[in-house]
Order: sequence, then C-alpha cells, then structure tokens
Amino acid sequence: MSPVLKIILQRLGLGLVTLFVVSILIFAAVNMLPGDFAQAILGQGATPEAVAAIRRDLGLDQPPVTRYFLWLAGALQGDLGNSFAQANFASFVGADSGGSAASVAKQIAPRFWNTMFLAGVTAVIAVPFAVILGILAALYRNSAFDKFANIFTLTSISSPEFFLAYVLILFLAVLNPWLPSLSNIYIGMGFGERLEKTLLPALTLTLVVTAHMMRMTRAAIINLLASPYIEMARLKGMSPMRVIVRHALPNALAPIINVVALNLAYLITGVVVVEVVFVYPGIGQLFVDSVKIRDIPVVQACCLIFAAAYILLNLTADIMSILSNPRLRHPK
Amino acid sequence: MIGISRRGLLKSGAAAGVLAATGFPVLAQAKRGGRLRVALSGANTSDSWDGRTHSDIFMQAAAQGGVFDSLTEVAADGSLVGELATDWEATPDAKTWTFNLRQGVTFHNGKAFGADDVIESLQLHVAEGSKSAAQPLVAAISEMKKITDSQVQFTLTNGNADFPYLMSDYHLLIYPAGQIEEAIANGIGTGLYSVVSFEPGVRFVGKRVESHYKDGNFGWFDEIEFIAVNDSTARMNALMTGQVDTINRIDFKTEALLKANPMLRIQELTGNQHFTFPMLTDIAPFDQVNVRQALKYGVNRQEMVDKILQGHGRVGNDTPIGPANQYFAADMEQLAYDPDKAKFHLKEAGMESLNIDLSASSAAFAGAVDAAQLYQASAKACGININVVQEPADGYWSNVWLKKPFSAAYWSGRATEDWMFSNAFEEGVPWNDSHWSSNDSERFQTLLIEARAELDSAKRREMYTEMQMILRDEGGVIIPMFANWVQALNNKVATPEVVGNLWQMDNARMAERWWMS
Repeated sequence: MSPVLKIILQRLGLGLVTLFVVSILIFAAVNMLPGDFAQAILGQGATPEAVAAIRRDLGLDQPPVTRYFLWLAGALQGDLGNSFAQANFASFVGADSGGSAASVAKQIAPRFWNTMFLAGVTAVIAVPFAVILGILAALYRNSAFDKFANIFTLTSISSPEFFLAYVLILFLAVLNPWLPSLSNIYIGMGFGERLEKTLLPALTLTLVVTAHMMRMTRAAIINLLASPYIEMARLKGMSPMRVIVRHALPNALAPIINVVALNLAYLITGVVVVEVVFVYPGIGQLFVDSVKIRDIPVVQACCLIFAAAYILLNLTADIMSILSNPRLRHPK
Repeated sequence: MIGISRRGLLKSGAAAGVLAATGFPVLAQAKRGGRLRVALSGANTSDSWDGRTHSDIFMQAAAQGGVFDSLTEVAADGSLVGELATDWEATPDAKTWTFNLRQGVTFHNGKAFGADDVIESLQLHVAEGSKSAAQPLVAAISEMKKITDSQVQFTLTNGNADFPYLMSDYHLLIYPAGQIEEAIANGIGTGLYSVVSFEPGVRFVGKRVESHYKDGNFGWFDEIEFIAVNDSTARMNALMTGQVDTINRIDFKTEALLKANPMLRIQELTGNQHFTFPMLTDIAPFDQVNVRQALKYGVNRQEMVDKILQGHGRVGNDTPIGPANQYFAADMEQLAYDPDKAKFHLKEAGMESLNIDLSASSAAFAGAVDAAQLYQASAKACGININVVQEPADGYWSNVWLKKPFSAAYWSGRATEDWMFSNAFEEGVPWNDSHWSSNDSERFQTLLIEARAELDSAKRREMYTEMQMILRDEGGVIIPMFANWVQALNNKVATPEVVGNLWQMDNARMAERWWMS
C-alpha cells in the first residue's frame, strides 16, 4: 500500500471517530436547550395537552439515551430521520409521517446546495484574489501597495460581516443599483440570474476571508525568501516574479492550503449572518430556524454536516500538503 | 368603525347576501395585471398549508389572503361579509346557525365546493390529538349538519352572537373534502391565487385563477410573490432598491429614510395589537386589588408610546379592546401616571414599599426589556421597586409567560370583544395570562357569558363597556400601549381608501385587495 493511501485511510478513520464523538456532543448539547419542539412550535398556544400530544407523536417522551441510539442507528444507514416541523403536519392528516416530504435529507438538500453554491462562488473569487494579492504583496513588500493591501484586508476582516454587507449594499445596490440586495434564489432559477443574485453575498464573504489567506501567502513566501536556494535563484539572474512563483510558492503551498481549507470550511458553516442580511436561503438560516423551533433532527443533521465539512476539508488540506511536499511524499 | 353595523347585518341575512354579492364599491382605477412582490416577516421552515399551524403574517397572507377561503371575511372597514358563505341566520338564542353556501365555486383542482367541504375542514380542528389554535372555536359547535349541498347548520353548545365572526378566523380554511391530505401538501383551495411554487420559510408564488367568484371586486394581480424576509433591515433594503413592492413591519429607526424617498409611502393603522404586562392575580402580592392599582398608576404610558413605539401607537387603558373593535369604549377615562395615587393604594394595601420581579424578553415584543426598564424607573417614584429579570427569548412563551407572576407579553387582538375576552380573561381558559377568575370579579365572568348570547346591540355595548371598566380598575393585566401596524409600499401599488386594521397588510389580504396603479 502506498504511504499516501495509508495516511488517507488513517485520517478517514480518525475522522469517523471524531464524527462519532461530535455526534454525542451534538446530541447532548441539543438536549440541554431549554424548551422542546412541542413547546416551541406551539409558542403562546402551548397548553399541557397539546404539548403532550406532540411529544407522544414524535417519541420525545422516551429517555434521551434511547433516542440517541435510535438516531445513530438511523444515521448510520443514511437515514437522518424526519423533520419534526414537517412530520408534525403530515401526522395531522393521518398521513404516514415517514413520507418523503418529512425527511430531513429532503429538507436540507436544497439549502445545502445553495450554501455550496455560495461557498463555491466565493471561493472562485476569493482564493485567486487572495493568493495573487499575497504574492504581489510579498513581491513588493513594504511598498505602498503592500501597506495598502494589508490595511485594506485587515480592515475588512476586522469589521463585522453585517457591516461589510451593508456597506456593499449601500454602494452596489442603493446608490448604484447594479446588484440586487435580496439574494432570494430558488429552485429552477437560471444560472445567470442565480449568479447575479449571489454576487453581493459572495463579495461580502470574499472581503471576510481574503485577509487570512492573503496574509498567510505573503508571510509564507517572505519566510522562504531568506533561504539559500532563493538566493541561488536570484544569483542565476531570474526576475523577482519568477523567483517567487517558480521557487518560493511551491514550497509555501502547505501553509497556504491549510488556511484556504479552514476558510472554505468557514464558508460552509459560518455564514448565517450574511445569509440573514441578504435573505439567502442557505443551510445557516435553516439551522438557526431549526434551533429556534427545536427541530432536533434537522439541528443534529446540520451539525453533523458542519462537522463533516471541517473534518473533510482539513483532511484534504493535510493530503494536499503531503502531496505538495516531496519529503512527506517519500518518507525514508 | 364605519360601515354597516354587525348586528344589523346579522339580523338580515338578505342584506348580507346582497353585500357579499356586490362586494365593496371598487374604485374606478382598479385594474387587472402585474405581479405583486411582497417581503414579509414571520416565515418559518416549519410552514405548511395546514391552517391549524398558522401563526404569523406570512402564512396568513399566503393561505387565507391568497390560496384559500373561509366561510366569512372581515372586510377592510371591519364589517363582516360572506366569503364562501353568502348569508347566514341564527335562531333567537344564537345557538343554531344556518349558513347558505356560495354555489358554482370550484377548488383549484376542479372539484366543486359544497357543504361536505365545510364540515370536513372544520372537523380537522377538533380531530383526536389536534393541535389547532382554533380548536376552542370549533369545539363550541356541538353538531354540524349538512342540510343541502349548499346549506350547513351548526348547533352550538352555548349561544354565541359572534359565531359568524369566528368563522372568519384565519385558521379555519376550507379544504376539498376527501382530498384534504393532498390539499395540505400542495395548497389546493378556492382562493384567488393557485400555488405555482412554495418553499417553506423562503418563498411563495401564486398565479391568479382564470375565473373566480370575486372577479371584478378583488384579485387584481396576475401573479403574486411573497418573499420571506425576517430581518427588518433586509426588508427595508428590498423595498428601497425596488426589488419588492411592499413590506410589512417597518423599522421605526430608519423610518425617516423611507419617508425621504418620494417613490415610497407608509401606511399606518391603529388596530388591536397590544403590548402587555400580565400579573397572576392568584399569587401574592398581585392578589390584592390595591397592589394592582398601585402598579396601574406607576406606569408612564405616554412615555412608553413615545419611546418604545416612537409614537407609532396609542396609550392603553388596561383593556384588550382596541379601536378596531365594535364596542371599544373610547370615552372611558384614561389611566394616567400618578405617583401619589400609586402611593395611596400601596398604603391601602398596608405597604410602605413593594419589591417585585418583572420578567421580560425581546420575544414578548420588540423593546419589551426597554419597556420594563422604563416601568422600573417610573415606578421607583411610587415606592415600587421593580427588578427587571431579562429572560432568554428562546422558550419564553413556554417557560416564562403564564408561569412567572409578572411578565411581558403581546396580543394581536381579536375581531370581537367576546373572542378576546374568552381567550384571555375567561375563568380557566389556557391563555388566561392573569389567572383572572370569578374570585377577582364575579360580575365580569357573568357579563362575559350573558353578552355572548345577547343579540341586542345596545345592551351588548353596555355590557362590554362595563367589562372594560372592570378591567381598567381592577384587572390583572397592565396594557400600557396599542402598537400601530406600520407597513410601506411603493407608488406602483395602489390600495383602496379603507385598509383593514384588524391584521397587518390589509388584514393579510393585500394580494386580494390591492392593485398595480
């Protein structure tokens, strides 16, 4: 077995163990929330009888340990359970509550793809932008351009996301009506329109994640510029740009990839504020909605997806760093 | 309220029939066409076409205001008109009600509407294990009888003169009998708009049906699109940038910006929505009338309207009956902030000072914690020390409201006095948030039952006025303010001169009543 494959398998195994531990934490945390679905969905109308009726319907009257293992058993078979919110209405009419309308997977899927779409558009804009900015900043370090790039990215990462969002809305939607301030994309929307509606939130997120990646690129490259082999390259008479792109960058890739992966994970799991400001129907809003109404199966599934996204992206980052480093690729 | 009196309407079923058939005088410029785009709050991923679960404006407007109809409808001027019923009459004891149904109406799937649909739809609310908010309304019916295909008869356990009003409740949607499951899954009703697409918590698009019994009176848009925007700033942005035509609930802080835009206008209506501080009258010290009175004089109502509602409301008089109600006692003397009187009542209760906890959270109403702090400041001058307990918004309605002795809450109000009182002030009902009972006022509970079955309007007014006075003087709920419905629209949309004030957005029926100018 090739060492790389072995590492991948090892990491995947560890990832699964992590997921399992996370699932226990999720379940415990969700169960510690005050109030439950029955109370939350009934709100002001939570009479004891109605609460008891809903709890009985959803099996919430069983002990937590039993519920955990039932859920885990389902999740292992790829069945994330049924959304309480939708099951609730299915059972009203005597329909089989295991019907497809109520499944968590069906509820999460469109939101998840929306989130992936937003993360994808953002990544396509932000990653090249940040890396190129970082390379240029390293190339012209301590120049006015470098300082400006640093100040610009640090300012944007230091501002709250909603503030950046409103600034962009002000300049790109209100004062100059170029882009829509509402990103209410829906199923069946054409790709062009979808892209147009997604652009403002994607730009906002770009501002948020650029600083990290750009600073890491810059620092990693500058770090290498003092190495003897770079000096050698310079002495050969290579242009500074070529020195950086051909010689410094490949060796600086590992830390850059790590930061990029972390930021991508953030784009999948942490953009609820931006989703709310732009009314983007992503998984973050669904998650917050579900916490609010204590739709526990959906909350748990979202948490699992978030955890899996982090684990997978970190795994990818590790593997990519290994692949980019011959010393790790061919260990003695 | 203007228009035909409700009592007159009830007495003559014929008049109701004429009224319903002609609808309201429609302004000459109303015309068909266009797409109404609305950004609304109150949407949830748990939304569905099941009327029993509806609790906020988004589904109210999409269901009752678009896809579905009910038996009756509260018109913009507050009078009751027929929707799927054309007219109705009661026996003199107001116990047996016969409704004539509209003929020639079809559901969106082509099924003809008839008496079975009404009975089966109403029975949903009292089905075994039902969690419907309208359960008590339907449970009061002891028998539902189909007389002919276009006539149903309801027999009530106790007489209720307001029964036709109750049938306009937005939970009581009429589904096609035998296909209810499918109708709830896909949204099949008799309304002006059929469902094109519906994503819970995200978006609803409806298309005008080809021909409808409301043709010529209502339903001017070719298409309607409701977008779920729970964040108020995002709603304002959407309106300002022209992506939607109208929004509900504007943010008072940025109201000036809306006003400065000549393309937009603000619609403000005083309705029955009110913000309250209920206390449990069976728990010391709130069981003493004098303590309650001291608390009534210790709150500066005008200051709350000015600072919490930024002027968008009116002071309350500790009764839940508002200007959108028929028997609102407008000339009843107004309670005012009076530290001396408050101190006097404290002394009567045998106290020098009073220390109490007041539980509040933003879940109760926007600005509830600030309102509690204002109360704290104004009560201090009266020798009442209020300790404001900030509760988490999550689970507020299940853990704090109805549980803590003194808390903050809100009510949207109800179309009729009896409906409001029997929801929140009748002895033993689940939402009685002050535990108001015959121990506190036997007279109140007696009047409540008597007025319900009374058909004489003048007598009813007398009774309801007396009940409002009892609540003002002795009641356990501090109602410092009535909050206006404030919505905004751009100039592309026109509305009739009279806009409904029972619920926001023209009683959630903007898709039926408004048009593109």
